[in-house]
Amino acid sequence: MSPESPAFLFLHAFLINNFVLALFLGLCPFLGVSAKIKTAVPMGLAVIFVMLVASLCAYGINILLVHFEIEYLRLICYIAVIASAVQLVEMTVKKLSPTLFRMLGIYLPLITTNCAILGMALFQTFNEYNFVQSLAYSLGAGAGFMLALVLMAGLREKLELASVPDACTSAAISFMLAGLLSLAFMGFAGLGG
Amino acid sequence: MTAPRTKAELRSSPHLHKPMSVDMIMRHVVYALLPVCAYAVYQFGISALALLAVCTLVCVGTEHLFCRLAGRASTINDWSAVITGLLLALTLPPSFPLWMAAVASFFGMAVGKMFFGGLGYNVMNPALVGRAFAQAAFTVPMTTWTPALAPGRFTEFIPSTLTPPFLVPTPVDEWIARVATEGFTGATPLALMKFEQTSTDTLQLLTGTVSGSAGETSALLILLCGLYLIARKMMDWRITAGVLGSAAAVSGLFYLIRPEIYPDPLFTLFSGGLMLGAVFMATDMVASPETSKGVWIYGALIGVLTVIIRLFGGLNEGVMYAILLGNAMSPLISRVTQPRRYGAVKKEKAPA
Repeated sequence: MSPESPAFLFLHAFLINNFVLALFLGLCPFLGVSAKIKTAVPMGLAVIFVMLVASLCAYGINILLVHFEIEYLRLICYIAVIASAVQLVEMTVKKLSPTLFRMLGIYLPLITTNCAILGMALFQTFNEYNFVQSLAYSLGAGAGFMLALVLMAGLREKLELASVPDACTSAAISFMLAGLLSLAFMGFAGLGG
Repeated sequence: MTAPRTKAELRSSPHLHKPMSVDMIMRHVVYALLPVCAYAVYQFGISALALLAVCTLVCVGTEHLFCRLAGRASTINDWSAVITGLLLALTLPPSFPLWMAAVASFFGMAVGKMFFGGLGYNVMNPALVGRAFAQAAFTVPMTTWTPALAPGRFTEFIPSTLTPPFLVPTPVDEWIARVATEGFTGATPLALMKFEQTSTDTLQLLTGTVSGSAGETSALLILLCGLYLIARKMMDWRITAGVLGSAAAVSGLFYLIRPEIYPDPLFTLFSGGLMLGAVFMATDMVASPETSKGVWIYGALIGVLTVIIRLFGGLNEGVMYAILLGNAMSPLISRVTQPRRYGAVKKEKAPA
C-alpha cells in the first residue's frame, strides 16, 4: 500500500497513529464518557460526524485562506467551523434524545475544544492532503477515537465489579487502563510501512 | 414402627465429587509449565534458570507486598503469581539482564494485576503486560538473541545476564563469537523470514534447536503440555484451536498468493511465540470472554492479528500484542455474544 493512498491514511489514523492511544489527543472526553458503552457509542458517532464536517470545511476554507494569503486566520477559522458543527450535533441530540443529552452532559459541547478534532484539521492541512485523502484521514481519526472509547468503556464496565484497592479507584484506574491499552496499541507501530 | 435402616447415605443432588478450586487449577498449570521450563534450562543453561527464578520470586513478592499494602490477606497461596512469573521468564530472551527482568515482573504484576484487585479482576494477562513494558523500555536487550545449546551453558552465565542494576547490559558479541557455531547471525527464525525470506526447517522449530525467547522455541513440547491441561479440562481448548486455526488459515491464504515472500502455514504455527501464546497466554481465564461463541471469535481475532502484525508490521513478532488486543476486546466480545436466555423470545416489532 502506498503511504499516499486513502486506504492507508484511513488505517494510519485509525490504528497505527490512533489519535487517543498513540498521539494522546482528546483525552478528556476519552476519560470522561468512557464509563458506559451506552454513552461511549453515541459520543463516538458524534465525534466522527464533527470530524467529517470539520475536515470538509477545513479543506474548503484552507483554499480560500491560501488564495487571499491570510493563512494566519487558519486556527480561528477552524475553531469556528468545529464549534458550529458541534452546535448542530447538540441541537440534534437534544431534540432526538433528551436522555442521551443529559447523559453526555458537558462533554457534548466540549467536543468544540476536543484537541483531537482541531489536531486532525491541522494535520491534514500541514500534510497537504487532497480532498479524498482528507476525507479518509478524518474518517479514520473519528473511527479510531470511537474504537478507543468503546474498548475503554467495555473494560471499565467489566471493572465495575472488581475489588480495586482504595488507592487505585476511579480516575487512577482509568488512567492505568488507558496506559495498558496504549501499550497494546504499540503493536500496530509500523504496520503497512 | 421403626424406620428401615439404610446403609447408603442419602443426599440430594447434585452429586459432585470435589469441585475444582482456583489453586488446584493453577497448580496444574504450573505442573504443565515445568517441562517447558526444564527444556528452556536445558537449551540455554543457568542463565535461563536464573531468569525463571528471578521472575517467579519477584512476581510472588510483588503480589504479597500489594496484598499487604491494600490491607488484605495475602493471596500468594493460589499459585497464580508463580504462573505469571514462569510465563514472563519464558517469553524473555535468555540473555536478558536479571535486573530488567525483575523490573518487568514488578510492573506486570503491579500494574497488570494488583492495581485491579488481584486474581480474577485483571483485564489483561499480567505476564504479557510485563513483557510489553519490557519491549517498550528495554528494546535492545529484548531483541538480542543468543544461540541455543551453547557449550558450557551449565557452568557460566551469558555475560549480559549478570549486568548490575540500572546499567546498560554487557555486550554479548564476544561471547557469542566464542560459543556459537559458524554462521550464527543472532536472528530468530521469524527475523530471518521477515528480512531475508529464509525459512527454517520445521523439525528444528518443533524441537526448538533455534534461537528465540527462553521457553518459546520447542513448539512440540508446549503443545504436549497444553494437551495435558486440556485432558484435565483445565484449559479452554477452543481458544487454542481458534488462535492456531485462524493463524494457519490467514497465513495459508497469503502463502497461496505469493509463496516466495510469505511463510507457509507450518512455519507460522511453529515459529516464534505463537504456540506458547496460544496454549498458555491467550487461555488466561480472566482476560478471555465467557461465552462459548465469544471464545471462538476471541481466538480467531488473536490468530489473525498475529499474522497481520508479523507480515505487515514493523515488528517480526506479533503474538504478544495480538493477545493484549484480544484481552482488550474480550468484554465487548462477551457482550455481543450473550446467549439467549431460556424461554426468552425475541422482541417483535410493534404492531403498526
